[in-house]
Order: sequence, then structure tokens, then C-alpha cells
Amino acid sequence: MSDIIRRPTHLAARAVEALWVVALLLGLWELVGRRSHTVFFPPFSKVCSQFADDWLTNRPSTLFLTDNFWDTVPITLSRFARGWAIAVVAGIGIGVVLGRSPIVRVMYSPIIRFFMSLPNAALLPIALQFFGLGGGMNLFLIAFGTVWLIATNTADGVGDVNDEWMRTARSLRLPHRTLYARVILPAASPHIFAGLRVSVGFALILMVVGEYYATTAGLGHAVSRFQQTFRYTEMWSAFLLIALIGIVVNMAFDAIERRALRWQRRAGLAEL
Amino acid sequence: MEIAVDGVSKTYGRGSAANPALTPTSFTIAQNEFVTIVGPSGCGKSTLLMMMAGLLGPTSGRVLLDNVAIDGPPRGVSVVFQDYGRSLFPWMTVERNLAMATVSQRLSRRELAGRIERALRNVELVGQEKRYPWQLSGGMQQRVAIARALVAEPRIMLMDEPFAAVDAQTRAGLEDLVLRIRDAYGVTVALVTHDIDESVYLADRVLVLGAGPGRLLCEIAVPLPTPRSQIETKRLPLFADLRAEVFQLVMRPRESPL
Repeated sequence: MSDIIRRPTHLAARAVEALWVVALLLGLWELVGRRSHTVFFPPFSKVCSQFADDWLTNRPSTLFLTDNFWDTVPITLSRFARGWAIAVVAGIGIGVVLGRSPIVRVMYSPIIRFFMSLPNAALLPIALQFFGLGGGMNLFLIAFGTVWLIATNTADGVGDVNDEWMRTARSLRLPHRTLYARVILPAASPHIFAGLRVSVGFALILMVVGEYYATTAGLGHAVSRFQQTFRYTEMWSAFLLIALIGIVVNMAFDAIERRALRWQRRAGLAEL
Repeated sequence: MEIAVDGVSKTYGRGSAANPALTPTSFTIAQNEFVTIVGPSGCGKSTLLMMMAGLLGPTSGRVLLDNVAIDGPPRGVSVVFQDYGRSLFPWMTVERNLAMATVSQRLSRRELAGRIERALRNVELVGQEKRYPWQLSGGMQQRVAIARALVAEPRIMLMDEPFAAVDAQTRAGLEDLVLRIRDAYGVTVALVTHDIDESVYLADRVLVLGAGPGRLLCEIAVPLPTPRSQIETKRLPLFADLRAEVFQLVMRPRESPL
């Protein structure tokens, strides 16, 4: 589609094309923020300077980031990383079993569909009930909220490996472990990555939601604390940081996915 | 290693929907013999080869290797498929694709490297180890598939229309390559093709299959001198006679069913 629409070739021109709407919206924010007298909605420039005060310093020893940053962000990111890692390992494991065994799939697909349809945030009270306030509850929320998505996508990919690859693998007399590790999982990796991509977004949402309600540290907790103590500029500054972290995490995932699925695009199998 | 096909047949479906792909067929292939299996489409030639490879269970009959009935893909047998694009693994380099053929043999690193080196030399692909299949032309990819078959050091190589997807010049080169490999590795070859010239040019013996339903029509010995040459062999009157004989068998109208 993009072949038909002529794209600007200069980098500057492309940047303008990609960013003018964003610039417009931020400009609007600034304007409305300045003209309105409510404390709930500070102008963008004020949020930016608050952001610099809260998170940035000129100390190279802490990578130009404040102690406040180092007290908050690593806790949040580590919850995200651990929760999501549990979901990835469990989800791929469950997905492989489901994908290779039609019987298991028939038996368990209603249960999985139930968990998939459940709005993830609805798990929050249940998670609180079982784990109380704190890190365990956060991990549970992230892991349980994303594992089924990863499992079903993995099952689709694993159940749908090209027959000729499977026939070749059989004629090569590959041992079971090699068959799974070197043929079935790589062949299913485009499907698996599709599931992981959506699950990253979900995990980020659940990371923040969990921290809003049920922790005593972390970025989400900071936002909620600022909101409750009427420190709206700080609230927006923390909110901005969460958005930036989301962007960085998604970009990192993009880079990993592009490298891992390079063979698929180059082999012309991207529509598979 | 000797292959014996003993009353092997294949019927797809059951009851009124039963569709016989191959009626009971018997023949043997001797050690180091090169046999081609030729016939029109729908004669069951690929089905037959897949049963010989242990990748498809026969409806009746047995396939024996040195008098032992096979049950699944046997040790010592390598298969080269028609669609190299889907039989090589695109997420692995050439080298890793080749190594997959020896996973079940638990070779030492050195031994594996030696075998890969020898196989690539024989298919004239030295220096391509680190490349991916999609970086190679069709003919080169099929040579990788042949090299993978060789790395296992098989005693039997089964080839299912291996050159159907490449152009004519590449095809002639690959035919001569396979003949050289047969000598270099001392391997027994059964090759399925729909190309009549190819079936005569490569073979010590041609098995001609007929369609509707698939069955063995006859076996034709090919006493052409070796080594074969694309120009000299194909110029011989004997080649023309054999080609005509196979041609008549393959192209004759289907006998009406009883």
C-alpha cells in the first residue's frame, strides 16, 4: 500500500510527516494548560520541567538520572520483566503441548478461552486476595494476565508447522528434543512472536494497574500517590516517564523480533 | 544395501471412497544400482518412493532392506525431496542444515566437519557454509539438499523428482553431479522422475509405471556405456531406442478399467 503513496525521501521531511500531529497535540495541550486555571491540567512545558527535576540530573555517575529514578523505575521494570518472563516460559510450554496434542487441545480450550475472555484487570481483587499487597501480587497479575495469549498463539504456530518440514525432519530421524528445539519452535516462531508482541502491551498495562492499587513502591505507585496528594505536575511527570518506558520496551521488542524473524522475511515466507 | 519391494500397495480412503494409488508391486534394487522410476502423473511413483523411505505406510506388502522389513524411516537411507524450498530449514545456515542429517549419529565435532566438507566439495558448494538457503539460487539449494543427504553417509539415496523445479541447463548439471556422487559414495540410488530422457540417461535400469490405477508396467535394463555424457551418451542409437521404448510405455493410452 505504501508503495502507491509517494513517501518523502529526506529524513527531515519524513520526521516532519511522522511528528506533526504529535507536535500539534502537544501545542494544544500547552495552550489549553496555560489558559485554564485548574490545577489538574498543567501546561506541557511545566510538566517537562517537572520531568527534568524529578528524573534527570547532571551527574554522570548515575547515568544522568536522579536517585528518585533509581529508587522507582528498577522496581517497576523488574516486576514487569519477571512477570512477563514467567508468562513467556509457561505460555510457550503450554502452547507446545496444546499444539502437538489435539486431545489436550480439545480438553483445555474452553478453560483457556475463559481466561482469555476475562478482562485482565478483573483479576486484581483475586490477586490481592491471594497475594496481598506487594511484589508477588504484581507478578501474578502480569503473568496470569498474559500467559494465555502467548499459549494460544504458540499452539497455533506449533500445530501448523509446514508438512514438508515435518516430513524432512522425520526422514532425518531427528530425536524428539532436536525436533522441538530446532524445527518445530523455529517454524512456529512467527506465530509465537505475534503472541509475544501483544502480550508485551498487556504486561505493561498490568504492571501499571497493579502498582496503582496494590504496592508501596514503583512508578505506578508514584502516580497514584501524587494524584492522591494533589501533586498534579509530579503526577504528569511520572505519567510521561511511564509512556517513555512503554515506547522503549516496545522498540526493544521490535529489534529482537526483527532479528529473530529475519529468515522469514528474506525467505519470502512472511505471509506464512 | 539391497532394497526389496514385496507386494507393496497403497489405497487412500476406505470403502466406496477407496482410491487405489498403487496396486501390489514387487521388485528389487541391487547394491550400488541406479534405478529410475518413471511414469505419467498419477501412476503412484512418488507414493511408492515415500513407502520405500518409510515415510508412508503401505496398505499391503513390505519394504525390505537387506531382508529386514522397515517400520518408519530406516537408518542408512537419505531422501531428497522435490521441493527444496520447503525441505531445507530457512532459519538455519547451510552448515547447520547439513548437520541436522547426523544428529541421530552423535558424531564428534571433527568428524562432522569432515563430512560436511566432503559433501560440499562433492556438490561444488565449498565456501557457502555460512550462508542461508534463501541467499542461494534454486539449483544451489537443491545441491544443499543433496549434500545433506550425503552427510549422513547413506547406503541408499531416494530422490523424488529432485530436478523438477530447476531450469534445463541446471538440470543437466545436477544429473551428472548425481552420477558422480553415486560413484564417489558407492551409494544405491532410486530416483523418481516424469522426464523420459532423464530416466534413461541416469539409470542402470528403468522401472516404468502406468496410471489408472498405478502399477508396474515393466523393467528395462539400460546397458549404455559409463561414464555417461550429456552429449555422447544421448547421441548413441541405443539411447534413442531405449528412450523410444520408455516413451511408448509412458505415453500409451490408459487401458479402460474392467
